[in-house]
Amino acid sequence: MPAKTMYEKVWDQHLVREAADGLAVLYIDAHLIHEVTSPQAFEGLRSAGRKLRRPDLTYATMDHNVPTTDRSLPMTDDIARLQIEMLVRNCEEFGVPLYDLDSPHNGIVHVIGPELGITQPGKTMVCGDSHTSTHGAFGALAFGIGTSEVEHVMATQCLLQKRSRTFEIRIDGALSEGVTAKDIILNIIRRTGTAGGTGTVIEYTGSTVRSLSMDERMTICNMSIELGARAGLIAPDDTTFEYLAGRAFAPKDAEFDRAVDRWRGLATDDEAGFDERLTLHADELVPQVTWGTNPGMVTDVTGVVPDPGGMASENDRRAAEKALAYMALEPNTSITDIEVDRVFIGSCTNSRLSDLRAAADVIKGRRVSPRVTALVVPGSHSVKRQAEAEGLDRVFTEAGFEWREAGCSMCLGMNPDILQPGERCASTSNRNFEGRQGRNGRTHLVSPAMAAAAAVAGHFVDVRNW
Amino acid sequence: MAEPFTRHTGLVAPLDRINVDTDQIIPKQFLKRIERTGFGQFLFYDWRFTGDGSPDPGFVLNEDRYRGATILVAGDNFGCGSSREHAPWALQDYGFRVIIAPSFADIFYNNCFKNGLLPVVLPAGTVRRMLENAAEQPRYTVSVDLERQVVTEPDGASDRFEVDPFRKTFILKGLDEIGWTLQYEDDIAAYERTQRTG
Repeated sequence: MPAKTMYEKVWDQHLVREAADGLAVLYIDAHLIHEVTSPQAFEGLRSAGRKLRRPDLTYATMDHNVPTTDRSLPMTDDIARLQIEMLVRNCEEFGVPLYDLDSPHNGIVHVIGPELGITQPGKTMVCGDSHTSTHGAFGALAFGIGTSEVEHVMATQCLLQKRSRTFEIRIDGALSEGVTAKDIILNIIRRTGTAGGTGTVIEYTGSTVRSLSMDERMTICNMSIELGARAGLIAPDDTTFEYLAGRAFAPKDAEFDRAVDRWRGLATDDEAGFDERLTLHADELVPQVTWGTNPGMVTDVTGVVPDPGGMASENDRRAAEKALAYMALEPNTSITDIEVDRVFIGSCTNSRLSDLRAAADVIKGRRVSPRVTALVVPGSHSVKRQAEAEGLDRVFTEAGFEWREAGCSMCLGMNPDILQPGERCASTSNRNFEGRQGRNGRTHLVSPAMAAAAAVAGHFVDVRNW
Repeated sequence: MAEPFTRHTGLVAPLDRINVDTDQIIPKQFLKRIERTGFGQFLFYDWRFTGDGSPDPGFVLNEDRYRGATILVAGDNFGCGSSREHAPWALQDYGFRVIIAPSFADIFYNNCFKNGLLPVVLPAGTVRRMLENAAEQPRYTVSVDLERQVVTEPDGASDRFEVDPFRKTFILKGLDEIGWTLQYEDDIAAYERTQRTG
C-alpha cells in the first residue's frame, strides 16, 4: 500500500464513489447545525419534498445570536428570536436532536461537539460555519460549508468534493511560560498570510503539538481557516483518547478499546509526503498581538505597529495603510502603549475551561482597569458549570468582569454584545475584520492570558512579565 | 438549484482591495433573515453607508458611473472569512453575475457556484489592468463566456480562465446537485451498510 497522510486515509475511508476526474461523493459522519446557516437549507428540503436522510447523525444547537444575559427574560431582538424559533420548529419537523437554550449541553457548536464526544478521530464532520476546522484537533476531517451544502448533506449525508493539497506545519520545542497555543496559530498566520493555506488541508505535527492539551489543539485547528485552509488536523494520541473516554457519544468499554486501535492507525505514514511544509520553533515565540484588520496582521507584544512605508509589496502597503487608518494606530507605536476599552474572553477559539483558568490566574486578586469593560463568555453551559464549581466565576466578578451565559457573543456580535464605534478591544476570538465586533470597533486578537492582563492594566502588557 | 450561467456582458465596477472578507460583503447583523433573498440592500453595508445610514459618496459602488454594474473586479483572496452563503446571495441580489479576482477564498468560491454567480480567476496583471481600465474608461464593459472559458475586454483582448469541469457543467446547466448525488442512492446505502457510524 502506498504511504498516506492522515488526510488521505480519512478521505479514502469515506469515499462513496470517486469519478475519473477526481469528483468524489464523500460520506459525512456528523453534521452540526445552528440557527444562522440552516433555515434556508431546511426550507430547501421542504420545498423539494425531500427528507433529511440521517437525523441521527445531525446535531443542532443555537449559539450565534443568543443573548448571554439572563435567559429567563424574553429576547429583545425579534428577528433573532424568529431565527431561533425556526430552528426549534425545523428540528421538530425533521427529527433532529437539538441542544436548545434550556439544555444542559447547549453552547457554541464547536465547543459542545467535542464535549459530548460527537467529535472523534477519523470522522468526517461538517457545519455551516468556517470554524468547523476546530474538530480537526481530534483527527477528524472537519470543515465549514455554505448553506447549499448544508442542504446537500441533509438530503444525502454526502458532499461533492475534490481532494485538497496537503500542508504540514511542524512545531517543535517548548513554549515559554505565558506563551500559548493562540500565540502559535497567530504566529503561523503572520508567516503565511490569510491566504497561505488556501486549497490545502493542514496537518500540525511536531513535539510541541504532541505536548498540547486538547483545548490547546482545538485553538490551533480552529484558526486554520484564518490562513485559508479547508481544515486542520492533528493525529490522535493518548491525550485525545483520555479526553474522549466516558464522553456521551464516545464508544464504551471494549468498543472504546477497539476504536482506539483503529484511531491509532490514522496517523500519517512515515514515508508519506506533503505538498507544502512550514516549520516553527516554539521556544522562539513570544505573545502575539494583531495590529490590523485581518488575522495575518500580527506582531510580537514586544514589537511596534509596523510602518506601511517599509513594506515591499504595493498590495501589502495599501492594505496596511487602510488597516492602520481603521484601527487609529500610528506606525512605530509600541504594542504595550496601546490602550484598550473592552476585553472579550470567549469564542470557539478560546472559551474552554483551560482558557478561563489561564485568564483567571492572571487576574486573581486584581481589579479591571477603570477604563475597561470586560466580559467573559464561557463556550458552553458545561464549561460555565465547571468554572463555577472551581470558583472561577467569583475570581472574574470580584475583579470586575461580567460573567455571562454561553454563546458566540462578541466574537461576531450578532447578539447585543457589540463594540461601540471607536472602541478598542482585546479579544480572544479569531477575526479582527473591520466591523466584526461592531461597526467601527477595533479588535486586537490575543490569548486569554494576554486579554486578562490587558483588562487589568488598561493597555497591552507582556504577560510573561506579569 | 442554481440559476444557469452561460455568458454575460456587463459593466465593470472596480473594488481595488485585497482580502475582502465576508464580514464586509454582508455584515453579521443582516444574517438573521431566514430567506435566501433580499440581501442586496445590505451588500458592503458598512462601506456603502455612513453611520447615519446615508450613502458614502467615497465608496465605489455609490458612484453614478457604476450604477448597473454586473461584474465586480477585486484584489487577491476575495471572500475570505466565514462560510456564510449570505455573501454570494447579497452580491447576486445586488445585481452582480461575475466576480473577477486573482484568487478567492475556498468556501466563498464554492458557494458562488451554488447560486449561479460566476467567480473568475485571472492573472494578477490582468486584474490590475481591468481595475485601472474600469476606473479610467467610462462604461468599461467586458464579456465572460463560460463555455469557452474566456473573458473579453472592449479592445478585443481576451484571457482564458480555468474552471473545474464538474463545476462548469453544473453551473452551465443550472443542475440540481442534490438530485445528481441522489442518483447514487444505492451507493450511499451500500456505504452505510459497511460502516458503523455514530
